[in-house]
Amino acid sequence: MGNKADVWQGTLALMVLKTLETMGSLHGYGIARRIEQTSGDLLSLNYGTLYPALLKLEQEGYITSSWGASENNRRAKYYELTRAGKKQVKKEAADWEQTTAILARFLAPAEEA
Amino acid sequence: MRRLRALWLRVRGMFASGRAEAEFSAELESHLAMNIEDGVRAGLSREEARRQALIRLGGMEQAKIAQRERCGLPVVEALGRDVAYGVRTLRKNPGFAIVSILVIAIGIGANAALFTVVRSVLLRPLPFADPDRLVMMYGHNPDDPDSRNVVAAGDFYEWQKASQGFEQMAIWRWSGYNLSGQKNELPEMVSAAYGSWNLFSMLGVQPVLGRSFDPNDDKAGASRTVILNWGLFKRRFNGDPAIVGKTIRLNSQTYTVVGVLPGWFTYPDPEVQLWTPYRLEENPQNIESHFNHMGHVIARLKPGVSREQATQQVSGVQHQLFLRYNNSGPVVAGVTSQPLVNEVVGEVKKPLYILMGAVGCLLLIACLNLSNLLVARAAARRKEIAIRTALGSSRARLCREQLTESLLICVAGGAVGLVLAVWATRWLTTRWVDMPRAEAVHPDGVVVAFAVGITLLTGILSGLLPALSATGRGVLSALQDASRTIGGSASRASLRKVLLTAEIALTVVLLVCAGLLFKSFVRLRSVDLGCRTDNVLTMKFFLRRPKYAQPEQIVAFHTGLLEKVRALPGVEGAGLTNVVPGDGYYGDTGIRFPEHPPLPPGVHQFAIYRTAGPGYFSAMGIPLVRGRVFTEDERGMTNDKHIVINQQFAREYFPNEDSIGKHVFVSWESDPGDAYEVIGIVGDTLYALDQPVKPMIWFPILSGNPVESVDAMLVVHSRGRDVTPLALPIQKLIAQMDPDLPVSRVLTMEQIVGESTANSSFSATLVLAFAGLSLLLAAVGLYGVLSYLVTQRTTEIGIRIALGARRTQLLQLVMLDGLRPAFVGLALGIAGSVGATQLIRSVLYATRPLDAVVYVSVIVTLLLAAAAACLVPAWRATRVNPIQALRAE
Repeated sequence: MGNKADVWQGTLALMVLKTLETMGSLHGYGIARRIEQTSGDLLSLNYGTLYPALLKLEQEGYITSSWGASENNRRAKYYELTRAGKKQVKKEAADWEQTTAILARFLAPAEEA
Repeated sequence: MRRLRALWLRVRGMFASGRAEAEFSAELESHLAMNIEDGVRAGLSREEARRQALIRLGGMEQAKIAQRERCGLPVVEALGRDVAYGVRTLRKNPGFAIVSILVIAIGIGANAALFTVVRSVLLRPLPFADPDRLVMMYGHNPDDPDSRNVVAAGDFYEWQKASQGFEQMAIWRWSGYNLSGQKNELPEMVSAAYGSWNLFSMLGVQPVLGRSFDPNDDKAGASRTVILNWGLFKRRFNGDPAIVGKTIRLNSQTYTVVGVLPGWFTYPDPEVQLWTPYRLEENPQNIESHFNHMGHVIARLKPGVSREQATQQVSGVQHQLFLRYNNSGPVVAGVTSQPLVNEVVGEVKKPLYILMGAVGCLLLIACLNLSNLLVARAAARRKEIAIRTALGSSRARLCREQLTESLLICVAGGAVGLVLAVWATRWLTTRWVDMPRAEAVHPDGVVVAFAVGITLLTGILSGLLPALSATGRGVLSALQDASRTIGGSASRASLRKVLLTAEIALTVVLLVCAGLLFKSFVRLRSVDLGCRTDNVLTMKFFLRRPKYAQPEQIVAFHTGLLEKVRALPGVEGAGLTNVVPGDGYYGDTGIRFPEHPPLPPGVHQFAIYRTAGPGYFSAMGIPLVRGRVFTEDERGMTNDKHIVINQQFAREYFPNEDSIGKHVFVSWESDPGDAYEVIGIVGDTLYALDQPVKPMIWFPILSGNPVESVDAMLVVHSRGRDVTPLALPIQKLIAQMDPDLPVSRVLTMEQIVGESTANSSFSATLVLAFAGLSLLLAAVGLYGVLSYLVTQRTTEIGIRIALGARRTQLLQLVMLDGLRPAFVGLALGIAGSVGATQLIRSVLYATRPLDAVVYVSVIVTLLLAAAAACLVPAWRATRVNPIQALRAE
């Protein structure tokens, strides 16, 4: 996927939000795994990418976090959407769809012209 | 909104404890652990799973740093660290910190205070509507390009009729009234002015109560009306709006109050308490006259017309009047004008700019001094800076740290300075006699902004040079000269010397200017007025109609008063005049000489007009040169055609003959006027300290002539003892004789002279104080640099001593090192002064800008101060113990 970082910055937040919308409450590792799996292992998330994004979303009030126990009874920090977060997913998803739709027109073979 | 919330959280994050960080570590740990567990579950060995997870997740420390930066605001935090660091280093050197903060505080305080005054007095436009279109018009003599005469009312009304470039023109003149009470309030003499009815509307001033004058008020014989100034309204009438429409008593006549002016209106002078209509109050002859110049004319330009153009046209009108009337009396030949604001600001402009220049220099010197001290500090921290550079600190980072330090000093100094400025501004405006619009001078937002601006500028200016020099290339060499280097930092020392040279040069300029101003003041102060100035008391009163309408009434009051005053114990002499020497020009009168051949038409002769009674000249100590002075005989209007003249009058108008017994025609209101016989010549006196002697003429005050005698100043001399205790008994005497008669200007002659020199003494003292402060700063700077150099060269000096150098040689060596920048600075400063003093030339009295005495004393003072500053370090150098010096490093 070439230089992935640029796409990342803009889209990671949406991926995180969407993941949390689907999965409810989830810890950092879980979010990372889920995103990786959903991308068909095309993406790989390290600490330095994931956690700043989570912190930013939390500071902006879209997600909250609390400590809980994982499936293996390990202490982990769980993230979930706030109400503002749920709205934001819808808004950003709609924005993204529009953007991709516009781009798709440019990229599609120009047959109807 | 969301961004703001994030920002707030980050600001809070700056103060958070380490808990968040520990939590984050735990979160990362659990992430790693879960990743490893998944790997193990997928069938990897524990080691392999861990290895893969670590590769995949990247650096944990980097993630923590990223997290930390995201949690707080790194820029602010770095700044906070710099500030904390700066505060700590300053706290370690409290002496240095306090001295530099004080120096900067004085610099900034003085600048902010002067700026406040300059801004309010010179820069802020007048509080009138469209002030740019307001001009002041004067009579003008084309032979003298600087001449600006007050205007005769007759001329004014002609201008008003014929002018095309002006929308409106108004006239006013000074006046004064005895304001007496309705119900036993104390009488009071109030300064006042007559103004043409359109004056206020032309300026755009609306009375806050009542109305302005209208054309019906401004007529001879109209019913008497008056407009009160706010101050009088508040003070005398308790600010009671009901006064409008009621009457007050001025000169024992009733006037109806029609309006009250707003409090900010203080034109032409805050002392003016009330206004009356021009034509109502001015006597009819003056209104028609083209010869009696007493009016001040303000005019408003039509939009789009230039001042020159409009004035030119009026000047043409005046020239016609000149041609028509000049043969029968003095008429000005032309008209000139200047913007009203220039006239209002007038005389304070120059001294204020000089002071502003002086405080600017002071601040620059303070800056250089701080810079110098910081260079020294940086030199002491050379190794620390080198090590930090080696460890990867960027130059910008190190510079920022140093700048923070100088900014801290300046901000602290600026804060103290601003407080100083508030206090200094108040002090300045109360001490400065006759400062225009003094009531409007107070610090405001702009002044604070100015103070903040110069504070930052000072901080950056004084911090930048040391910061750049301390962190530049070659910093790392500091690590190499760990031991045994001699005279290592020559370049830094030379930077300090350059700073010092500049500081000394500026100091010299300040000292020279201060010296000249001071000398000029001393000259002015020691001018011989031509009369006694110690133990003389004066007080002024006006005998107004109708109570003193008859000459007999006036004479009776004057003689009665003199008799009673002379009977008081301690009174050596008493007399009456209208104006004492040194108290101003007051007025002149046209004269002709019947025994001389007639003058060519259009040439006029004048003498300053004074009155005197018997005993005046002896009480005042004005010597009689020839003939006699007035006696009790020159009394009443039948025997009053006698005059006394001064020596200048005799020199100028009777150059080759004896003036006693000759006659002088004085045209009062009618031509040809009355012939007065010269009975005596007295010594010359000055009407103002800084003005040349003019011909002067005294008329007998006991004539009772309602024109000459009503305006009186009582002069009382008491030999060899303080005269002020006499003031109260005399005032009581006057109150007994006429309870309605107010007395003003109860002053000693010393106070009158002091009043006229107060401002020059004030600015001279201030500039001198600034110069002294600069000298002190320069000396401290010199001392600092030299002490530093000596410490640097201890080893070298030790070696020299060990090799047999004599102490006197060492003393010479170090002294020369220190005095060299002093000499160079002195030379530059003298060169600068030659230019700078040309700028202050116009405020100097009887002092040339290149006064040798001043220059020599400045050179001597500076060299003495420099030598004193160098002596201590030099002496210390000679005391160096060679063994210890060589062992020191």
